Formats: sequence, C-alpha cells, structure tokens
Amino acid sequence: MHLSETVNTGFYFLAPWLVLAPVAGLLINAVFGRQLSEKMIGAVASLASGAAFVVSVLLAYSVWISHGHPVSVPFAEWIHIGDLKLDWTFRVDSLSTTMMLVVSGVGTLIHIYAIGYMHEDVRFKRQEGRFARFFVYLNLFIAAMMILVSGDSYLMLFVGWEGVGLCSFLLIGFWFEMDTLARPSWANSDAAKKAFITNRVGDFGFLIAGFLMFWYLGNSFQFDKVFEAAPAVAEATPWVVVAITLFMLLGVAGKSAQIPLYIWLPDAMAGPTPVSALIHAATMVTAGVYLVARSAPIYTLVPQAQYIVAMVGAGTALFAATIAVGQYDIKKVLAYSTISQLGFMVAAVGMGAFVAGMFHLVTHAFFKALLFLSAGSVILGLERGHHAHGHHGHGDGHSLRGKRKEGRTHGGHEDHGEVFDPGDMRNMGGLRKTMPVTFWLYMIGTLALAGIFPFAGFWSKDEILVDASLHYPSVYWQLTVAAFFTAFYMGRQVWMVFFGEARSDAAKSAQESPKVMTLPLVVLAVLSVVGGALNIPSIKEIGLKGPHQLTHWLSYTLGEVESLPLNLGVAGISTALALLAIFISWLIYGRNPLKTGQVDPLKRPLGFIFTGMENKWFVDEGYGVLIITPFRRISQFLADVIDWRFWHDFVHDTVIAGTYNWLSRIVLDRYADQKGIDTFFNSWGSFTQWLSGNVRQIQNGFVRSYALSVLLGVVLILGYLILK
Amino acid sequence: MTSDLIVFLVLSLVAISTALGMLFSRNAVYSALYLVLNFVTVAVFYLLLGAPFIAMSQITVYAGAIMVLFLFVIMLLGAESLAPSKALPWQRPLATLLSVVLAVEAVYLLFTRARSDAAIAPPEASLNTMESLRQMAMELFNLYLLPFEVTSILLLVAMVGAIVLTRQEKGGQK
Amino acid sequence: MVPVDYYIALSAILFTIGALGVLSRRNPLIIFMSIELMLNAANLAFVAFARVYQTFSGQIFVFFVIAVAAAEVAVGLALIVEIFKTRKNINIDEMNSLKG
Repeated sequence: MHLSETVNTGFYFLAPWLVLAPVAGLLINAVFGRQLSEKMIGAVASLASGAAFVVSVLLAYSVWISHGHPVSVPFAEWIHIGDLKLDWTFRVDSLSTTMMLVVSGVGTLIHIYAIGYMHEDVRFKRQEGRFARFFVYLNLFIAAMMILVSGDSYLMLFVGWEGVGLCSFLLIGFWFEMDTLARPSWANSDAAKKAFITNRVGDFGFLIAGFLMFWYLGNSFQFDKVFEAAPAVAEATPWVVVAITLFMLLGVAGKSAQIPLYIWLPDAMAGPTPVSALIHAATMVTAGVYLVARSAPIYTLVPQAQYIVAMVGAGTALFAATIAVGQYDIKKVLAYSTISQLGFMVAAVGMGAFVAGMFHLVTHAFFKALLFLSAGSVILGLERGHHAHGHHGHGDGHSLRGKRKEGRTHGGHEDHGEVFDPGDMRNMGGLRKTMPVTFWLYMIGTLALAGIFPFAGFWSKDEILVDASLHYPSVYWQLTVAAFFTAFYMGRQVWMVFFGEARSDAAKSAQESPKVMTLPLVVLAVLSVVGGALNIPSIKEIGLKGPHQLTHWLSYTLGEVESLPLNLGVAGISTALALLAIFISWLIYGRNPLKTGQVDPLKRPLGFIFTGMENKWFVDEGYGVLIITPFRRISQFLADVIDWRFWHDFVHDTVIAGTYNWLSRIVLDRYADQKGIDTFFNSWGSFTQWLSGNVRQIQNGFVRSYALSVLLGVVLILGYLILK
Repeated sequence: MTSDLIVFLVLSLVAISTALGMLFSRNAVYSALYLVLNFVTVAVFYLLLGAPFIAMSQITVYAGAIMVLFLFVIMLLGAESLAPSKALPWQRPLATLLSVVLAVEAVYLLFTRARSDAAIAPPEASLNTMESLRQMAMELFNLYLLPFEVTSILLLVAMVGAIVLTRQEKGGQK
Repeated sequence: MVPVDYYIALSAILFTIGALGVLSRRNPLIIFMSIELMLNAANLAFVAFARVYQTFSGQIFVFFVIAVAAAEVAVGLALIVEIFKTRKNINIDEMNSLKG
C-alpha cells in the first residue's frame, strides 16, 4: 500500500482526463448548445463520457500491469496554509479504477440512451430547448463522480460527494415547473429539494467524521496518512474511531439511501429516467458503499461499528423490499428495489465483505441500469401509444409545436379528461407483444435482480449471503427474506407490465423504442448475464477452483481478503426462495391477470399490512409528524412570536422606533430643525440673494471696467507686497 | 552728474511728456503723432543701452509701419474725436486714482526693496556694431530658432486673419 | 553712468501712463496705442536688464515682442474696421454686449 510518485510505465498521466473530458464536453454544450442539433449535443456528451471510459480502461490496464501498485497522480495545488497542504491528487488503484470503469462505462451507455429518451421526453413535455441543458448536467455529474472516486483524500472525495449531490438536485428537478405528469406544479422541484436537504443531513455526518478524522487521525485527509494513524488511535481511544465510523455511516445513509435517510430516493424518480438509472441506481447512490470500502482499514478496527453498519444495511434491504411489493409506479418499485439492493451492499461492506459489496455494486449497476432504462422505454412506449391513440391523424412530431401554446393554457392533457399516468403499472399489461425487445431486456434484468442462476445478480448476491451466513446469522436471515421479496416484487412487476391484457388504450397501442435506446440496453443486458464471471468462486462440492478475479484485483487495494467458496446450501436456499417467490407472484398476478380498475389482489388477504406497504409504512408521514411539523411549529414560533412580535413589534417598533420618533418629533423637529437649522439656512439664502443682486452690477459688459478690475487687483497685490 | 545722466534725464522728460501728450490729445491723429515721437525717443534709449538692432527695429516697425497703419485707420474711419458719452461716469476718475497709486507703489517698491547698484555705462565709441549684431544673430538662430519660426507662423496667421476679417463678401453681405 | 533703477522707473512711469490711457480713453484706437505704449515700457525694462547682465536674451525677447505686437496690431485694426463697418460707430462705451 505504499505510494510511489514516479511510475514510468502505464498511462497514469492520463488520470486528470477522467475529469477534464466530461468538463470539456459540458463546456462545449453549455456554450454552443443552442446552436448544435440534438444529435450533435448527444454525440459531444457521449464522446466526453466515452473518453473518460477509455481513460478508465487505460488506467485499469496500468494498474494491472503494475500488479495493483497504487499510484498518486498530483494534479493541482489547492490549499496551502502553513504545513497544511491540501492538493488535488488522483489516486489510481484497483478499487478506484473499478469504480471509474463502472461510472464511465454505464454512464456512457446511459448518455447514448438519453439521446433517444430525452428527444421524446422534451417533445412530450413541450420543452424542446432543454435538451442541451440535460447533457450539460449529465457531463457535470460524470465529472463530479470521477472526482469522488479518484480523489486520494477524504477532502477531494467530499468535493465530488457534494458535486454529485448538486447534479442529483439539478437533475431530479430537471422538469422543475411541473410534476411527473407534466402538469404545472412544484412537485418535481419539491422532490429535488427533499433529496438535497436529506442529503445535507448525511453530509453533516460526513463533515463531522471528516473533522474528527483530521483532528485525531494524523492531521490529514489523505487516505494513506489517515489509515496509518488509525490503528494507534483505535488502541488508545477507541471511541474516536467508533464516532468517526458512525458519523460516516450517517453520510453513507444519506447518499446511499439507507435507513433512516432513504426517503429521498423514491421521490428522486421525479427526474428523467436516464437520471434515475445513472444517478439514483447505478453510480451516485453507490458512493456510500465505495466510501465504506475505501475506509476499510478504519472500519475493520472497530467491530461494533461494523456490526451497526451491517444491521443498518440488512434492515434497509428488508424494509425497502417490503415497500416495493406495494407500489404501483414502475419506477417507484425499482427505486425501492434500489434501496433494498443498496442495503445488501452496505450490509456486505459492513460485515467486512468488501469484495462482495463491490462485486454486488458492479453487477447491480449493470442490471439496475438495465431495468431502469427499460422502464423508461416502457414509459415512453406508453406515451407514444397514448399520443397515437389520442391524436388520431395529427401525427405527433410536428403537431406538438403548434399545440404547445394550447397545451400550456389548458394545462397538459386536459382534452383527454383524466390525466394519464404512463408510469402506473395498472395502466399497462400485455406489453410483451407490443414491445418485444424491451420485454426480453426487462426479463434479463429481472432474473439478474432476482438472483437466478446464472445471471450476474446470483453470483454477487450469493457471495454476500455466504459471508453473512458465516459471520452474522441475523443479517443473513434478513437478507434472505429480502431476497425472497425481491424476487416476488419483480415477478409481480413483470406479470403486471408485460403479461395479461392491456388495461388502457395507450398500452394497447404502445410502440417499441428506437434503436438508439435499445442498443445500450442490449449491451447492459449482456453484462447482466455474464457479469457474474467477474468473480467466479470455487465450488468445493464439485471440486471447482474458481479464479476469484475480482477478489484478487481488489486485494491489491484492500489487502488480503478471504475468498469464500460458493456454499451450495446457501445458494440453493436463495435460488429456491427466488423461484418460489416468482411462482407465488405468478399465482397471484400471472394466472389471473389484473383487470382494468381492479384492486391489487394482495390487498384483501393482507389487509392493513398491504396498506402499509402501499403507503411506504407511513415513514414520510412519521417524519412529518416527528420532525417536520415540530420544526415548522418552532419556525413559526420563532418567526411569529420571537422575531415578529417581540423583536420587530416590541423592540424595534415600540422601543427603538418609538423613542426615536418621539425624540425627533419633539426635540429635533420643533426646536433644532425648525428654529435653528431652518433659520440659519434661510438667512444664509437671503444673504446670498442680496449679495448676488449687488455683485451682478459689476458685470456691466464694458471691457474697460473689467480692465479696471484687473488694475485694481494689481494695485491691491502690490499694496499687499508693500505692507507685508 | 555725468553727461550721460543729463542725456538720460532730458530724454526721459521727452518720453514722458510725449506719452502724456498721447494720453491727453483730443484729436486721435495728434495722439498717434505723439506716440511716434515717444517711440523714437525709446529707440534712442535702446541705442544708449547698446542695442542698435532693436533701436532700428523699433523705428522701422513701430514708428514706421505700425503707426502709419494707425494713422490710416484713424483717417479711414474718421475717428479723430468722439462725441461725449454718459456711460461709466466714474471710470475716468477711478482709473486716474488707481494709476497714480500704481505708479507710486511701483516707484516705492523700486527704490525701497528692489534697489540695484548696477549702473549702465554709455556705449563705447569704438563698439563694433556688426560684431554685436553677429553675436545676437548667432543666439537668435541657434538657441531661439524654434520661437523664431513660430513667430513667422504667427505673423502669417495674423496676415491671413486680417485679410479674412476685412474682405468684402460678394454682394456686400457680411 | 546711469543707474539701472532710473531706466526701470522710467519704464514704470510709461507703463502707468499707458494703463491710464487704456482705462480712461473711449476711442478704441487710442486704447490700442496705449497698449503699444505699455509694451514699449516693458521692452525698455528688458533691454535695460539685458545691458546690465550682458546677455542678448533680453534683446531677443524684445524682438519677439515687436513681432507679436505687429501681428496684434494687424488683427486688432482689422477688427476695429470691421466693427465700424457693422455698427457705424467705434465708441467703446456703446459696446457692452458682453453683459449677460
């Protein structure tokens, strides 16, 4: 783990381009975006992201040929105060390059997808001018995410951390003046604010952790120095390290949407679907997992904290999975699924199974991005169907421009009566016939997420479960139940969306998405299928000795990690449970497909439990009662009573202003001003008038008399000289 | 009392009386003629001060050219004397008073504060006029060449200005 | 030997007479002549000091003054002629258009 500053072999010098390439892309689009066509904008943004991917590949190659030697690439001086030197340095090692590859790889695919998606989205939302802005934000996100994963100190990590938070805010609120159904409303911007403020709570934790770290662990933010100083401190004052790790856990809970701060992520689905896929599923929300994995040397020092992290992760995994069962919005289901899967990862890194966590992070990025993007494809398919159905003979592309004004004044789709929600699964059904490509892609994603052999999710989830079964039985059981629910809600979703009969006209006339959207999906689908090959485990029972590539690769950075063999028992149980869950979902949703307007068949047998799931266990309402309402009351009290009535009305108005008014009216106005100052200046004015009236006689227009004045002046000056 | 002092005093008397004559003559033509006499007297002073070139310039330019110009204009305009005027009744007494005060002050200052011991000898009879003239010319055309040229431009401008001012527009319009 | 003070005194007297002429006479031509007289008085002082300090600069300055005076007279007389042409009168007491 020793850094060497001078490595001659490899492409380390390219590291700054991880950030510079997306920044260049965003600058081009920000400056010339209005002139460029949509295709050009998308190409610039995708190429910028693709360049970052190429750099990532070269860096990974460099790390590989140097046998995982971590390298620091100094880039810029930032803050130098006395002995304190905070620089922007890139850290290239196996862990950071893994993240780089995921971020830029998945990111590039989503950029390409977004060219097609946003073209239709801006059309349906009647805002053609926003196209360039979207890609500027996306590139900004890639740049910030690269700063996050490539920084070599907690400070640079925090810079990226805040940067991606900003991008998340900007992109959730991308359609800030409407709600998800394009009705004029502040719902989307409220969602953005919710995400940002909730993340602030987490960032507060991260900041405290950073301060404690700087104060107690080696007066530095640099990973290596902090890790060097940590063991001695853990020996002497363990509470410091526990505090650091727990505050950091608060940050992780904010960014990676864990209990208790996960509430922002479902609302974040207000952003365009590529954003949900890129930021709120594949990359940004995994930053917390990366943070814990990066801080592995600290966490391993305090098992208590590790236990708490694992329990938080497992609890989130189970809790979110139950909520996902009761959701109707296709993206909301995936959002809670993301929270649940993030719980798996956090539980894994909490248990010390850093490789398993990172492995699941990578595979999850593949299949969750795939699912989200496919969901976006479904939604747009329904939009298209809805418009094709609603605007007979209008065509769609060109008529929208003319309709824009009308749509504005009438507020969207009013001419269809009730507002149509293309994201509601109750409006779908039977889409496997109208959108076959999307259907197959979605199936792959579903199987991968459900953890069916041999898809990617099976391998990564299984590795977490094996680790949990060995060390933390309670975590293992929670995760297993969560995995069961995962398979169930995914089954429910697939039956509801793709099978049965179409439950709306839009679903009947839904259309397949264009190639620019489906091709990236195909790539992601392939990765979702074969992603498990990244870390093939040994299987003792049949004598297979797996290569454990990812474990070896990450052990360059994380030190020696135990490579667990596949446990046939664990794998069997989870696979069986997943198949069982899918079967149950078929019994409920597949055998008797939902009819139009029918309530969820689970509602009757489960009763209030399902109501709880449907309403997210009333957590938002609970926060409302516990935190937001008292907070509002206190604010109201402070504003109304303290600030307004006491401070403004009494102190300012009565005491200060009243006294001042009285003083000025009686004393200053009557005596000082009217009698004194007015008299003085009025007399002065009259005197000036009188004087000038006399003096103007001198100006009589005769040159001779002017000359006389000159002579008078000469005489006077000479007289002065004589008398001096 | 040396002879040159006697010459000075006599000439001063002439200069002052011709100046007063210029001042008090009712007829402008007389004034002009008195002034010519005054200029000639001053030219003699220049000779006494060893400045023959300036003396000659004084006579040719002032007494000759300028005063002839004055006489022409006086006779051209018929402005030998003017009708009495009521304007500025206090101008003349005040001017007289102030001028007297000025003269008194100037002389007083001269003889109390700025007293100089220097005296001026009469020019030597053997003085080589041409030599002195050459020296002056050397200085004029070396050290003061630029002012000299500027003066020539000034004269040109004055000439053009005078012509433009007095020119008759066609059709008598001005 | 004539003390230089005498010359300066003479110069001052002539200057004062010129100034008095400028102020008290109403005929612009005589005012003009008085100005010439004042210039002459100053010239006399220049030449006297040039003699005392044995330098030619004073004389050269007088030379320039004469040249400038010639230019001034040319323009000034032209102006007077022009004024006479327009107002048929050159009485300076009737020229007070400078009054605001």
